[in-house]
Parts: sequence; C-alpha cells; structure tokens
Amino acid sequence: MAISNYDFQPIFLTLQLAGVTVLVLLIIGIPISWWLAHTKNRFRPVFEAVVALPLVLPPTVLGFYLLILLGPDGWIGKPVESLSGSSLSFSFTGLVIASSFYSLPFVVQPLYTTFEAIGKDPLEAAWTLGASKWDTFWTVASPMALRGYITAIVLGFAHTLGEFGVVLMVGGSIPGKTKVLSIEIYDRVETLDYSHAHSLSAGLLLFSFFVLLSVYSINRRLPIRVS
Amino acid sequence: MNHLSTKIKIDLENFTLNAELDIPIHGFMVMFGRSGSGKTTFLRCLSGLERAPDGYLKIGNEIWQDESQGIFIPASERQVGYVFQDSRLFPHLNVEGNLRYGFKRRVLKNGERFFSQVVDIMDLNFLLNRYPNKLSGGEKKRVAVARAVLASPRLLLMDEPLVGLDSKLKNKILPYFQRMQSELNIPVFYVTHSLNESLQLANTMLLMDKGEIVVTGSIEDVFLSPDLGLHLGQALVGSVLDTTVARQDEEFQLTILKFKEQTLYVPRRNVALGSKLRIHIRAEDVTLAIAPIQSQTSVLNVLPAWVVTTRTSSKDNCKVEVELDIGSPLLATITRKSLSQLNIKSGQKVYAHIKAIRMAHEYD
Repeated sequence: MAISNYDFQPIFLTLQLAGVTVLVLLIIGIPISWWLAHTKNRFRPVFEAVVALPLVLPPTVLGFYLLILLGPDGWIGKPVESLSGSSLSFSFTGLVIASSFYSLPFVVQPLYTTFEAIGKDPLEAAWTLGASKWDTFWTVASPMALRGYITAIVLGFAHTLGEFGVVLMVGGSIPGKTKVLSIEIYDRVETLDYSHAHSLSAGLLLFSFFVLLSVYSINRRLPIRVS
Repeated sequence: MNHLSTKIKIDLENFTLNAELDIPIHGFMVMFGRSGSGKTTFLRCLSGLERAPDGYLKIGNEIWQDESQGIFIPASERQVGYVFQDSRLFPHLNVEGNLRYGFKRRVLKNGERFFSQVVDIMDLNFLLNRYPNKLSGGEKKRVAVARAVLASPRLLLMDEPLVGLDSKLKNKILPYFQRMQSELNIPVFYVTHSLNESLQLANTMLLMDKGEIVVTGSIEDVFLSPDLGLHLGQALVGSVLDTTVARQDEEFQLTILKFKEQTLYVPRRNVALGSKLRIHIRAEDVTLAIAPIQSQTSVLNVLPAWVVTTRTSSKDNCKVEVELDIGSPLLATITRKSLSQLNIKSGQKVYAHIKAIRMAHEYD
C-alpha cells in the first residue's frame, strides 16, 4: 500500500492542533486552576460547574454554540472577522478556540486538584522565608505540582487528538485546514475504504496508548514526596 | 535595644483576640496558655500571615502594621522567621535546598560562615543531602528551625515546634533550641502549652487566656501570680527556682541541689555537677510548720522561711495561698483553718516542708 502525502496531512494537522491547544490551555488553565484552588469566593461551585461542563455536554451541543459564537455574526467571530478579514469558523484558529473549550476540564481538573492538595501551608512557609507570591508559585507550588502538570498536558493533548463532534461542527472537513484524523477516519469509513480507516485507527489507538503508558510510568517515578 | 509594641484585635470563631504588648524582646519569650487561647493567631499576626483588621505592630523603629495609616508589610518582606507546628519542609528540595531557600533570598552580612555556623549548631552536617521524607520527626524540627534562622530574622516565631514528639525526644531537641538562641541571640516568641518547655526555655513568660495576654513577666513572677491559677488551673500555681547541681548521692540515689544557701534533695538525675536546673514546686506540695520537726518527718526538704503575705485562694474558699521568702519567693497552699490555728502572720518564721519537687524535664 503506497502511502501518499495526503495520508499524513490529517495526522500532522491533528498533532499541531493538539499541541497548540495544550499550550493555550496551560496559559489560561493554570491561572484558573490556581484561582479555583485558593479562592474563598462563595460562587466557586458555579465556576467549577462551568469549567466541568464540556465533560458532560454532547460535543454537538458545544460545537453548535461555538459555531454561532465564532461565526460571522457571533460575539467572537464578528469582531475578529472585521479586524483580520477572515472568518473564524472553518479555520484552524477557530478549531483551536473550540478545542480549548472542549478540553478545558481535562487540563484544569488535574491542576486544580493538585494545587488544592498542596494547599496554603508550603506557600506560607515560603513567604516567611522571603519569597514573593510569584516566586513561591515557581519555586514551591509548581515543582510540587509536577505530576499535576504532566497529567494535565497529556490528558489535554490526548483528548484533543480524539475530538470529533466539535471539530465537525466548527471546522467542517477542509483538507489541510480543518480535516483532522478522526474526521478523516469517518470519511474513509463512509466511502467504504476500510483498509485506510484501519491503519489510521490502529495508529491513533497505539499512539494514545503509548502516550498514556509513558505518563503513568513517569508519574510512578515522580512520587509525591510528603514532608 | 530591641523593642516590640503591638496592639492586635481580630475576631475569631469563638472569641476575639485582643492582645496588647509593649516589651523589650530578647531571649525566649514563652507564650503559655491552653490550646485555643489565640496563641497561634497572635504569632500569625506578628508574622504577617494574618492581617488583623485592627492592628498595630512596631519592632525597633520599623512599623510592620498600622491600620490607622493603612500600613501592612507582607510576610515576605518582614524579617521574621516562622517555625510551624508541622515543620512544612519543602518535599521537592533536600535539606540543603530547604536551608538555602530563605538564606539566599534575604540579604546577609556574613554569608557562608553564618550558614555553616547554623548547620553546626543544629547538627545537620550529615543530613544536607537527604530529602524531608527520609528524616525522622526530630530531624525535621531541627531543619525547620535552622531554615527559619538562616533567613536572618529579627524575630523568630516558634509555634509549638515540638508537638507530636515523645518527651524523650523533646528533651533531646530542647538543648538545640537553647544553643541556637544563646549563640545567635535572636529573640524568640515560643508558643507552647507544655510546662516542661516553658520551664526549660523561658526568660520571659506571657500568659494567654481567651484571646488576651493576661500576665507578662519573668517565669518566677508569672508562676507566683494569683492570675495563673485563675486562668490555667490550680495545679500550676507554685514557685520556680533556679538551682545548681551540687552533688550526687550514690548510696541513696539522690541528687543534691543548691539554691542560694539552701539544700534540696531530689531523686537522682543524670545531670552534670555544676549545671543549672530549673525546678517547679507546686504550692499544693508545700506544707508549713511552726517549729523545726526535721527529725520527726519523712519529708527530706525542710526549709526555713519567712511569711511575706497571705491571700485567699482564687478558687477554693477554704484555702489560702501563703507567700514565703526563702531567699526567693515560695508559695504554699494551706487551709484557712490551719492558718488560723497556727496563727501565721506576716514576718513570722516558719518551716516549709516540700513534699515533691518537679524538675523541668519531668513534666509531660
């Protein structure tokens, strides 16, 4: 079976999407998790519920609202389109935004749990030793939360790899632009091209398995040291 | 001269912490009181970890908090060391990393020499590469103290650092604390509800009850204070004497202590001749006699004493506390009936029979 360039395009696109999404999610997920773990705000359950929503919502529902939001008349889509001249829906950028919503709980949840488990005690110790809050975050909280970071990155990445419904709604299936692996597989099956569907599915399966395997092995060797 | 002046008011769950203090700070200032009397909150306010909505704190000529002017220096910018009950060592750093954490963040005058001095005092040379999860309970405490001291605080706050250790281990660690304090001369606020630790460490005692600092003074004065029984229970009321170990009596297994001109006998202790031993004599353990009946009593410790004053016991209507002078004050609790039968008056010479003497390291 000849492997054409066309076969690799969805794979690269998928990896690229997952990578960029995880990066975006770390940047917004870390402050959200930190805030959730330390806030005394009585509306915290509301924020927790909002963050967890993508876990239970059918991807089509999420995708539908995102499509409206990102579309040419949407709250996000309209200003972006008038600024950049190009539409967000059916674009890679739109996919990244959609995936970020979709995978948010997978990044926030492990970070939030870890930050909460670390608690305020070590931070207070660092403050009395002359470390500022920023300094304490990088030199005490983050190294202690290493396992949480790794879990968040991997879960966020793996979950984005496998997304289907949201991508279909927001991105469609434009080769090289928004046609990711899961959609490629779906298309192949629809056209009864089972051999390609097989190789792609098996590849995704193995890849996901080895990613998770490596994470769990690393985490085993990174024991949480309790003082 | 270091001076601390503070006024802190903060509402807590069950009571209001309303502490006022204006004292020179040096040595061990032991904050003594029941659990839940506000000692920890007071320390947290001094450290800046807690912000009292109504607070003033000045140390030397630096103002750390003055809510009337909206001044509040955060913990990270106060030169204050904090030793927590639960040590709170950083699990991702080894002992040396923990020690250097505060050390490298605060400007230091004498650098590495100071570092090795503290490591020596706390005896941590062989532990530097270990991680906290491989340390024993006592080692963790020593590392925690060294870490706080290395951040060169003007004031060290220790919040029940020995809680959770057995008394044998406590007595092993206390000398480290004493050495650290005397060699580095850092004023320490030491919170405890252990009489043993108070007796061994205190230069100054601060008695805390229901959120207020009720008595402040030397340990001798605080134990004599009528307020002590009122706030902490009658069992503690008594006298504290600083004695010197004079002799060991192998035959009868006794240790002979010298106090001023007086001699005291206690069960044999493994203490070096000439060393200082602080003892506590409960007022309840002292009985009085008008004449010397030394030959007719089983009590070994009989001291001539002069009656200074008598006062009614704060708790018990049938009892009186008699303050005696044996070269330093000694307190005895007797019944009012005995007082009247013996016709004891101020200035009178009596004989104090001491039934039991407790030494610092016998408590707990």
